Amino acid sequence: MNVVVCVKQVPDPNSVGQLDPSTHNLRRDGVEVVLDPGDEFGIEAGLQLAEAHGGKVTVVTMAPEKGLDAIRKALAMGAAKGVLVSDPSLAGADALTTAKVLAAAIRREGFDLVITATESTDGYTGVVPQALAEYLGVPAVTFAKAIQSDGSSLTVRRQTEAGYDNVEAVLPAVVSVTAGVNEPRYPSLKGIMAAKSKPVDRLSVADLGLDGLVPGQAIVSVQPAEQRKAGEVVEDDGTAAHRVVEFLAAKKVI
Amino acid sequence: MALDRVWVFAEVLDGQPITPALELLTRARSLGGTVEAVCLSPEAESAAAALGDHGATTVYAGTDPAYADLLLGGPGADALAALAGEHSPDLILFPTTYTSRDVAGRLAAKLDVPVISNGLDVSVDGGISVESSIFGASQNVSTRFEGRGPAIALIRPKSFAAEPSGGGAPRIVPVEVPIADQHRSARVVERVIDKATGPKLEEAPIVISGGRGLGDPKNFALLEEFASLVGGAVGASRAVVDAGWVPYAMQVGQTGKTVKPTVYIACGISGAMQHTVGMKGAKNIVAINKDAEAPIFKLADLGIVGDVLKVVGQVIEELKARQT
Repeated sequence: MNVVVCVKQVPDPNSVGQLDPSTHNLRRDGVEVVLDPGDEFGIEAGLQLAEAHGGKVTVVTMAPEKGLDAIRKALAMGAAKGVLVSDPSLAGADALTTAKVLAAAIRREGFDLVITATESTDGYTGVVPQALAEYLGVPAVTFAKAIQSDGSSLTVRRQTEAGYDNVEAVLPAVVSVTAGVNEPRYPSLKGIMAAKSKPVDRLSVADLGLDGLVPGQAIVSVQPAEQRKAGEVVEDDGTAAHRVVEFLAAKKVI
Repeated sequence: MALDRVWVFAEVLDGQPITPALELLTRARSLGGTVEAVCLSPEAESAAAALGDHGATTVYAGTDPAYADLLLGGPGADALAALAGEHSPDLILFPTTYTSRDVAGRLAAKLDVPVISNGLDVSVDGGISVESSIFGASQNVSTRFEGRGPAIALIRPKSFAAEPSGGGAPRIVPVEVPIADQHRSARVVERVIDKATGPKLEEAPIVISGGRGLGDPKNFALLEEFASLVGGAVGASRAVVDAGWVPYAMQVGQTGKTVKPTVYIACGISGAMQHTVGMKGAKNIVAINKDAEAPIFKLADLGIVGDVLKVVGQVIEELKARQT
C-alpha cells in the first residue's frame, strides 16, 4: 500500500502568531517553526499501514524552504521519500490553492491512500482534505479516530457529533486523522541518520504544470478583538474550594 | 451590494435539521434576499417544516435513500453544484460540523470558488465578507470574497441563536441529481451514538475542562465526578487530546468545539490561544492552576492559584455535603 502523507510546518503552537501588516500573510520570521503536532498522527498511521501491507510512505509538503525540516522529521520516523513544493508565488495560498498544489504533487507520486490531519494548527481552514479528495476524484473519509485495513480497503471509525460512524472504503481514498488516533513514534537515532540520505524531490509550481493560481478571497481588515477583563485571582489558602462552590451557587448553576 | 439568494445547507439528525443549520437560517434572514435551504436526507421532507419555520421559503430536498449510507461530502457537493448552476445563489452557508465541512470543501473545489472557514459572522457591505477570529481570538479578521460566486462560508456553531421566523411551510423542490458511482466506494456500515451519561458538551450549563495540569489521564475521573454532581459536561484542552488522554470529541478550542456555558471551569489548563478561542464566550470562567502566571487567569472571573487535584477534590466533598 503506497501511502502519501501531507504534512505542514507551522509556527510553534505555543507561540503567539502575527500577521504581516502589509500582506496579511502569516509572519514566519523570528518564529520557531515545528512539524504540525497534528501531522505526527498521520505519519504514524501511514507507517503502520505500510509496515502491515507492504509499500512505502511518501511525505508531501507545500512550504518555504524551511519546510524541509518537517520532511526530515517524517523521514526520520520512517517515511521513505519526501516531496517539497516550494514557490514564492504560493506565499499566502488559500485552502483551495493548497489542495490544488498538493493534489498535483500527489498525482505525480501515485497513491493508494492519502493521509492528512483534519486541519492545520496555524491556518485551520479544515477543508484541504476534502478539496484534495475532490481534485483526486476519490472519497474523503474524514475525522478518523481509528483505521484498520486488509490492504485493499479500509474500515474507519469516523468521528461524528453524536458518536462515531463505522465506514468501509475501497482504496484509493483520502483519510483525515484526528489527534490521538495512535501514538506517534519518536524518531530513533538510526532513523535520524538514515533520513539524511533519503530522497527529497523539490518542485516548483511550474514543475507541477500549474499556473494562474489566483486566490478568490482577500483579508480586508484585521482588528484587535475585545478582550475579557480578568477577575479576581486568589492563592489557595484552604478555602479556595469553598469559593468555587459559592461562585457556582451565586451563578445559580447548582 | 444586495443579495438575491442565500442558501443554507442543512444536515438532518433523527428527522430534524441540526440546530447549527437553524442558526444560519436565522442569520440569513437579515442578509436580504431570498433564504432557501438544501437538505439531502431520506428524511429531508419531514425536516422541511422546521427549516421553513426558521426562514427557508424553499427547501431543495434530496431524498435518495443512499444519502443515509454514504459519506455526504462527494454526493452532497455534486448535488449542490448542479443546483447552484441552475439557481445561482450568491452565498451558501454551512455550519462548521464534520459533515458540512466535507460538503463545503468538496463543493468549493468542484466549482473552483473560494471557501472561507471558521466564520463567526457574515456581512454584505460592499461585497460578501466573513468575520472570523484568529490567534486564539486575539484579533478579528474580515475576509472578502472576490471573483465569481457562489461564495461558500463555514460558520461556527453557536455564532447566532436559532429563532423561528413564524414563516409558513416552505415550497419543496425535489433534488434529482444522481449519485455518482465513485461516491459509492465508501459506505457507512454502522452509526454509533455515544451513550451520553450527562448533558452534551455544547449544551451543558457547566463545562469542566481538564488539561496537562491534571498530571495523569486517570485524574479525568475526578472531573467526571465533579460534572455528574452539577449536571455538567467534561471538556479537554488540545494538549491532552493530542497526548491520547481523552477522545477528540472532548476537545474545546480552535480545532475542537466552541462552548458557551453559564460557567466554564478550566482545571490545570494554561490557557493557550488554541484553547481559549473555544471557551472565551462562556458567561463566567473559573480557572484553577498552580502557575500564577498562566494566561488563563487573564480571562477568569475567579482564578484559583493552587493544586488542581486538591481543590477539585475539596469542591466535590463540599458539593456532596450540600446534597445530603
